[in-house]
Amino acid sequence: MKDPISLIQQRIQSALRYVGGASRLLFEAISCGIRPPYQLGLILQEIEAIGIQSLTVVNVIALFTGMVLALQTAYALSRFGAKGFIGVVVAISLVREIGPVFTGIMVAGRVGSGIAAEIGSMKVTEQIDAIRVMGANPVKRLVVPKLIASIVVLPLLTIVADCLGIVGGLFISITELQVNSYYYFTTILDAISLHDVASGVGKTVFFGLIIAVIGCYQGMTTAGGTVGVGRSTTATVVVASILILVSDFFLTKIFLML
Amino acid sequence: MKRPIIEIKDLHKSYEDLPVLQGVDLDIKWGETITIVGGSGTGKSVLLKLISGLEKPDQGVIRIDARDIVPLKEDELVPIRRKIGMLFQGGALFDSLSAGENVAYPIREHFRLAEKEIQRIVREKLGLVGLDGVEEKMPAELSGGMKKRVGLARAIAIDPEIILYDEPTTGLDPANTERINQLIVELQRILKVTSIVVTHDLDSAYTVTDRLALLHKGLIAMVGTKKEFKASAVQEVKDFIAKKIVE
Repeated sequence: MKDPISLIQQRIQSALRYVGGASRLLFEAISCGIRPPYQLGLILQEIEAIGIQSLTVVNVIALFTGMVLALQTAYALSRFGAKGFIGVVVAISLVREIGPVFTGIMVAGRVGSGIAAEIGSMKVTEQIDAIRVMGANPVKRLVVPKLIASIVVLPLLTIVADCLGIVGGLFISITELQVNSYYYFTTILDAISLHDVASGVGKTVFFGLIIAVIGCYQGMTTAGGTVGVGRSTTATVVVASILILVSDFFLTKIFLML
Repeated sequence: MKRPIIEIKDLHKSYEDLPVLQGVDLDIKWGETITIVGGSGTGKSVLLKLISGLEKPDQGVIRIDARDIVPLKEDELVPIRRKIGMLFQGGALFDSLSAGENVAYPIREHFRLAEKEIQRIVREKLGLVGLDGVEEKMPAELSGGMKKRVGLARAIAIDPEIILYDEPTTGLDPANTERINQLIVELQRILKVTSIVVTHDLDSAYTVTDRLALLHKGLIAMVGTKKEFKASAVQEVKDFIAKKIVE
């Protein structure tokens, strides 16, 4: 049996290797990405795959999150006779925090795992080797378009999710809490600032980067056949979700200072 | 005498302290077909990956057309890879592209040609492997043998000087095995390329090859013509022929 110290050493080494490998992939992607050709067609394809196809799931979750948020907030606010401010609380919670984080975690689950599975399958069936033997760069071909698409798409999905969440809150406000839509939107527009929106949407650029880099790195380092592909997809969702939540804390601190 | 197009000297490769190649020396001449045989896990496929630059050796020299490829970086390898076509064990076709687009991939990567010309080359190469009219089919719609033939068409798409075959007949039924063997021989005759075939199938090796090399315990145990191989007094060769070395 290994002693605990060497076990901890091993874990730290493997974590550092992971961070080093993922960072190296990111730098390689940036260095390939800024050089022509720019593969606009591939980027648009990825935007379609990552963005358009995630719309349904993100929309449904955003709508119901807004509705639940309105219900729970109304319960708390009614104690203070402040039910009229439901719109403000729902909107600020969604725009600053819940919208970006929920969208990030949803996309990590749907898209991050998809990226890891796609690249991982290509790795174990030697398609990545085939790309290299044919003189192409797999990072430029596979990683760069997914990275750009994720960074572009996540803020857009978040804006859509924020809007739908607010609409969900409105639905509950009208049907259950007797707060009319004019009052709901007026209080939101009075209270919410551009800074609130920018700090929420700004965070998702980093979430997009995290999802794409982790998905691609897990895919590129997949080994062990189809079992390995399964491991990579699971690891992507776990690592990306944790990183989104951890980075959210630090990004929130930074945006609050701005 | 033909000069070697590929020279391999003192090649070592190990994975996590497990030595696979332990000083391989091998010269491969222009225009010949050489088959590397050996039991499972002896490093035959590793040797192909080292020759194609997909992996780096721990030690040793690999000269292709007199240029040592070992110290070259990925982008410096591109002109060398322009000379190489590779047929992977499972075909390694891109699932998201049609058969025609798979064959067109290396052409688009290396040349700036008009679309009409690319399509003409694609049809020609698919025709060479006996697959006319499959351009629009997706890899999932193709049988195992057809996938290998599309992979072969892709490998020859840019008229390489060297073709690497990694277990070309593994997993195929006897009819498809025979067809692939005939294709290797035919392409060799038509294209006059240098071919390196890695296989554990001795019957296939005898059909397609000029020379055989037996890889055993990380070293080349013997290199020779089919006749020399069959008559060899080297114990490892005798064991391999007698199937005493586990395939």
